[in-house]
Amino acid sequence: MVVVGGGVVGAACAYYAARAGLTVTVIERGAVAGGTTGAGEGNLLVSDKEPGPELELALFSSARWTELAAEDGLGAAFEYETKGGLVVAETEEGAAGLEELAVRQRAAGVDAVAVPASGLPGYEPHLAPDLAGGMFYPQDAQVQPMLAAAHLLRASKAEVRTGVTVTGMLRSGDRVTGVRTDRGDLPAGAVVNAAGTWGGEVAALAGVTVPILPRRGFILVTEPLPSLIRHKVYAAEYVADVASDDEGLESSAVVEGTPSGTILIGASRERVGFDRTLSLPALRRLARQAIRLFPALADVAAIRAYCGFRPYCPDHLPVIGPDPRAEGLLHACGHEGAGIGLAAATGHLLAQSLTGARPDLDLGPFRPDRFPEQP
Amino acid sequence: MRDVVVIGAGPAGLAAAVTAATAGLDVALVDAGRRPGGQYYRHHAAETGALHHGWDAFVRLRDALDRLTYLPGHRVWNVEDGFTVHALAGDRDERPVRIDARTVIVATGAHDRSLPFPGWDLPGVLTAGGAQALLKGDRVTAGERVVVAGTGPFLLPVATGLAGAGATVAGVFEGNRPYGFARRVAGHADKLREAVGYAALLVRYRIPYRTGHAVVAAHGDGRVEAVTVARLDRDGASVRERVIVCDTVAVGYGFTPQLEIPVQLGCATRMDADGSLVVVADAAQRTSVPGVYAAGETTGVGGAQLSLVEGELAGLAAAEALGGIAADPAGVRRLVARRRRLRAFAEAMHRAYPVHPGWMDRLRDDTIVCRCEEVTRGRIAEAAGLGATDPRSAKLLSRAGMGWCQGRVCGYATSWLAASACGRSPGPDDLLGTARRPIAQPVRLRDLADDAPVRPHEVAQDPPVRPRDGAGGRPVRPRDGTLRAGPEGAVRPRDGNHPINPA
Repeated sequence: MVVVGGGVVGAACAYYAARAGLTVTVIERGAVAGGTTGAGEGNLLVSDKEPGPELELALFSSARWTELAAEDGLGAAFEYETKGGLVVAETEEGAAGLEELAVRQRAAGVDAVAVPASGLPGYEPHLAPDLAGGMFYPQDAQVQPMLAAAHLLRASKAEVRTGVTVTGMLRSGDRVTGVRTDRGDLPAGAVVNAAGTWGGEVAALAGVTVPILPRRGFILVTEPLPSLIRHKVYAAEYVADVASDDEGLESSAVVEGTPSGTILIGASRERVGFDRTLSLPALRRLARQAIRLFPALADVAAIRAYCGFRPYCPDHLPVIGPDPRAEGLLHACGHEGAGIGLAAATGHLLAQSLTGARPDLDLGPFRPDRFPEQP
Repeated sequence: MRDVVVIGAGPAGLAAAVTAATAGLDVALVDAGRRPGGQYYRHHAAETGALHHGWDAFVRLRDALDRLTYLPGHRVWNVEDGFTVHALAGDRDERPVRIDARTVIVATGAHDRSLPFPGWDLPGVLTAGGAQALLKGDRVTAGERVVVAGTGPFLLPVATGLAGAGATVAGVFEGNRPYGFARRVAGHADKLREAVGYAALLVRYRIPYRTGHAVVAAHGDGRVEAVTVARLDRDGASVRERVIVCDTVAVGYGFTPQLEIPVQLGCATRMDADGSLVVVADAAQRTSVPGVYAAGETTGVGGAQLSLVEGELAGLAAAEALGGIAADPAGVRRLVARRRRLRAFAEAMHRAYPVHPGWMDRLRDDTIVCRCEEVTRGRIAEAAGLGATDPRSAKLLSRAGMGWCQGRVCGYATSWLAASACGRSPGPDDLLGTARRPIAQPVRLRDLADDAPVRPHEVAQDPPVRPRDGAGGRPVRPRDGTLRAGPEGAVRPRDGNHPINPA
């Protein structure tokens, strides 16, 4: 099997496929974790998802990440932290909305603990004192995404070929029988498209359409501090932003500490193509929202900012599974901003599909051919 | 909206700003330092010029600062296209400042290029430039018994300056054997005079000067007590070592241009002969981004004289582009010829004083490479083993360069270690991957959140040097191509009467 893409999703596919007995080669155009994986925060979130196929996938993935972290040295190597997420509301109305969502999430298997305003300081002592309440999600966790991808690849023992670009597909009739690269042909029993934001381009090499587009996000990084923030903390509005179809700038700060002491302030969302130019308006909003949640951050210095491109599909669901339009080609891409969290489940289910096992979850909602063909 | 913002008040920035202002443009000169001059003309409040070459040129420029708005103590952290310069002013009472301008001249200079070696993180080890800054700015010698090492002619003023201020210099250890370069120096009257002066001072202060030698380790309990100095063979490998007792080591392996602002603006870059990433500038010091000029070390490390020339050319070009003020062609020709000569000299210098990759062999697995994040050479090798193929991915997987200094200290070393782990030397793309710093200075979230409008009157209250009678007294920008004096009688460039006379 050949995996196209050395990000976290490709790494998870390689890991589970190799464990299922397949011989795996990973082809990566740049460096391992050099694309969207290297530009994220490492969120493993169930809290931000409405009940439905993505939440089921997230819950299934959360359990797989727990298993992975328990394997010999892996959890420590990629800084797995079951820190939990705290979603806060500014208004009573917002708090009621959180509770309403939590009721439905609980029915789907999510642990959600209502936190009254008086209980918030017990979770986060530095939170603004005037918040209306919150919801704590113990299943939310975090990994260092680059290390997660790199260590899964290492543990897979797959052959990893970096700096190699896929330029075409090998075909036998309609069947995909390998990839053509700038370093020669590579025949394979199956080809997995794990090219993330660039997954549409790889699909096109096989003559099929997978509509994946970039959604830009900026992350602000502060100076290293002694532990100030314990959980992933974000405002209730974040959930609405994730699911939004708006093209303009949206942001709602997700604030969290890291083992190195820096605080990450994430989650602007814009559809501006692959433009890497720093957007000060985006950073200003993130800074304002972070200060709104944690007033003490006002005097903390930002030392870095970076951006990445989330791979999104029109229905905000990933593309996972065999492509009925091109036998031998499977997809594992389009995870938008949840790719780190959903990677473990994606790799696991894809390996089941490759080895003819019955997938633990129905891949129907993630079918590659679910989109209307473009004229 | 000003005509020009010049970023950096070293030789290039001063020359650019004074030239543009003298031509009648409305110029703001923004600088992080408290006094003009940058690193080269860094000086104590009571300076008379004894520690500096070319002090007269500096005094002429400093005396012309009343033709423009000089904003010291302003740290620029971002420049938006169009252009909006975002800076932080003041010390404890730090506040955000925003300046809009039609043109930006980048003259941000360079900082020391450091190489790691075992023990380099001990207190008492500093950069050659750091030792020089203490001496020039604060009149403090970095130590009592100092070893100076690295490569390049810059080690000479550092060693002789320290000795002249009373320190014992236990030796200058030059990594190269630049004999061929001596002939080149002999062909340059200015440079020859400087070199002869340093040679005389080395003799006078009895400073041993050894070529083909390097400091390969520093030793001490809590701070430097001694260094191991090695003779290097032709391949840069240590062949004979000895220990020298000292309390301070000043090490410099050339300079790294500060490219945050031009990289933010998307200016094209290239790799220079010294292995540094520099901004591509054309004959008029224009970068690839319209309205952005670069002068001095940002376009290639070449010293103060070259910076003065490039700054003046940038100022003249901006004046022509913005105000249609044609410069005196003969004066420009002289400047261009001088730039060509100095640029060729700089290139010869880079070729004579290369950094041999042998420094990498002298690192141990536990030698710290990134001091901010305490990343060792071993961790960088591990990152390469995990799939890092370039400096950027090595940084992401090892955290080298992610701390306070954002890779300014370890960037060169990390680039070489990451690339050589893949069997190659770093190229321009590798260097660019670690040069991107969209936030060029740490900025408090409160200042980032504050999108204050431009308040030029507020800006103008602060600086000690500004137009004589406020906004109304600015020189008039000529619109008809002729040269006119502003209301306060700014001198105009005519008949080659440039602020810095190249003759």
